[in-house]
Amino acid sequence: MSTTPDLKFERDVGNFHYDTSYEFDAGTGLNEKTVDYISDVKGDPDWVRDFRKKALKIFQDKPVPTHWASRDLENIDYDKIRYYLSKGQRASRTWDEVPDDVKNTFERLGIPEKERAYLAGVEAQFDSEASYSNMKEELSKQGVIFVGSAEGLKEYPEIFRKWFGKVIPIGDNKFSALNSAVFSGGSFIYVPPGVKVKQPLQAYFRINAENFGQFERTLIIADEGSEVTYMEGCTAPQFETSTLHSAVVELVALKGAKLQYITVQNWSANVFNLVTKRGLAMDDAEIKWIDCNIGSRLTMKYPGVVMRGPGARGEVLSIALAHDGQHQDTGAKMIHAADNTSSNIISKSISIGQGRSTYRGIVNMPRALKSCKNNTECDALLINTNSRTDTYPAITVRGNQSTVQHEASVSKVSAEQIFYMMQRGIPEDEAMSLAVNGFVNDLIREFPMEYSVELKRLIDLEMEGSVG
Amino acid sequence: MNKLEIKNLNVSINDTPILKDFSLTVPRGEVHAIMGPNGTGKSTLAKALAGHEDYVITGGEVFLDGEQIVGMEPDEISRSGLFMAFQYPSEIAGVSIANFIRAARTARLADGEKLSAPDFYKELYSRMDLLKIDRAFTSRSVNEGFSGGEKKRCEILQMAMLAPKYAVLDETDSGLDIDALKIVAEGVNKMRGPDLGVLLITHYQRLLNYIVPDRVHVMFDGQIVQSGGPELAEKLESEGYDWVREARADKLVNA
Repeated sequence: MSTTPDLKFERDVGNFHYDTSYEFDAGTGLNEKTVDYISDVKGDPDWVRDFRKKALKIFQDKPVPTHWASRDLENIDYDKIRYYLSKGQRASRTWDEVPDDVKNTFERLGIPEKERAYLAGVEAQFDSEASYSNMKEELSKQGVIFVGSAEGLKEYPEIFRKWFGKVIPIGDNKFSALNSAVFSGGSFIYVPPGVKVKQPLQAYFRINAENFGQFERTLIIADEGSEVTYMEGCTAPQFETSTLHSAVVELVALKGAKLQYITVQNWSANVFNLVTKRGLAMDDAEIKWIDCNIGSRLTMKYPGVVMRGPGARGEVLSIALAHDGQHQDTGAKMIHAADNTSSNIISKSISIGQGRSTYRGIVNMPRALKSCKNNTECDALLINTNSRTDTYPAITVRGNQSTVQHEASVSKVSAEQIFYMMQRGIPEDEAMSLAVNGFVNDLIREFPMEYSVELKRLIDLEMEGSVG
Repeated sequence: MNKLEIKNLNVSINDTPILKDFSLTVPRGEVHAIMGPNGTGKSTLAKALAGHEDYVITGGEVFLDGEQIVGMEPDEISRSGLFMAFQYPSEIAGVSIANFIRAARTARLADGEKLSAPDFYKELYSRMDLLKIDRAFTSRSVNEGFSGGEKKRCEILQMAMLAPKYAVLDETDSGLDIDALKIVAEGVNKMRGPDLGVLLITHYQRLLNYIVPDRVHVMFDGQIVQSGGPELAEKLESEGYDWVREARADKLVNA
């Protein structure tokens, strides 16, 4: 039997907040002064301040992409958002040093418990900055770096600057530009050549303040032949007004490295979650995104892999669950830029009630390339007749020396299936939950154990009360 | 007290009355067969007893060992002790038979009680051995890609694991070849005993060669028109249903 610790992860477990006083507050609204305030507080080097200002200009100039994306984006009021809130700069290395209100928050979310149970390192971000960051000693002895992004750019500039903003340029999209202007928090990870980090490193992102925007910036570099798994979890309380989360995550897997990035997102239903995630895989390297989107008002997220070196592999496994009033607009981008590269996309979406799921995918294989492979599978499950699902796959294959495969399906949980399960004594919400778990089961089997247990539990809780 | 008692049950589908003052009592420990031509309301009876929302009960009562089950949710009726073997069982992709039965068993536990996994599997495997079901079967998704015979065996396995007080077998013989029919009948016969009442719904007498009923009821136009012993089934087999129609017509004319 399983030896997995009994992890508690409840849908509403994140729905609380403590009144907190912040030492640093950039106020509401976004202009050059906001950017300067953030740069001053953080003591940014000049190149970062310039980077931020350039990004602000690009953000202001770029239109909201409503020609293809949801018009709901127009409802974000940038003047009402607070862009920087923190209690200080330096993350504590022990939980004892973390301020009580922040510590209580993470205790309630079970973070220190999980760290003891199965994690190699944890970073816990509270609004704009990490309040806790710690890693097992043997990893630091092996030269592994796991710190907040601010610390990363100050203390490891030679590695940081080489890759920062290189995988995702400022102007990639409006929200990557926004993040580049006001970013704070997030992780910086470097794994030296040949080092295999066995247990996952985890970051936990918590929004505590109302009208707040969280803009963490994560950069992970797996040097040649190394291996690392990173997990991120997100929650926020349910406020009256909407909250913005706009992260940028850049991954670099050098020759032969394996990098796995796992997201457990459990945002409350008023969070705009607009995230840009991309990895660069060099020769024979492998980047795998496991992305689970539960909650939020609107999520737009299309993790990508640029396969730059021959033999590189890219993979996106994603699950999205959209409830009433939620829109999960997710997908994947696979850019084949060398011979013998292969990519795999498996996307499963569940739409409940008025919930809406959209899949957008890009697979690009230029003419000159040989022996590239892509497999794309998109499956949608509809529960109740009002739910909506759309699929927009864009597969561009030039030349005839590569293979692509695309499969899509839409299925429904039928009233007869639910009746059948209920006739066996299973209550209606549990029956729904079984059907949903069954739908994602083959995908969840690919996930690390601790994570699949947590995810199944989250789906169960999400299905409770979904019965009208 | 130990009986399934159906009193003057009236059931409509889309406002069309199907069951008309249907009454029947099945004591626990007995096997009753309901036979009748197609379209006479046999499957409606099964679905209505199980609480399917499309089968609207417009009048009457159903008591399961004295407990009124009309108005209960299907899962509550199931947990009260009524099992229905489906004519067309649903497929549930990605959910293994073992996990499905486990969920059904777990739903029967009191708060704070836990199902012991080793005990559960021990019991499951011994039931499967009795029903001559291969163990690899439990890891397959519920009814997905099953043959007709496999589906029905899966129903009987669930019935054995849920140990109901009463079982309604809705056309369990349909779509079965003779070997599968024998295996299913053997399974039901093994569960026969003082703790189980069975209502066998069937169009053909063939199943009754293997599961010999205590009582046979003939159903026509939403009612039971004749009841008798096993010999009644044989009469239906040799003479067909025409005499039932005629007897019914006479009854209506004389009424």
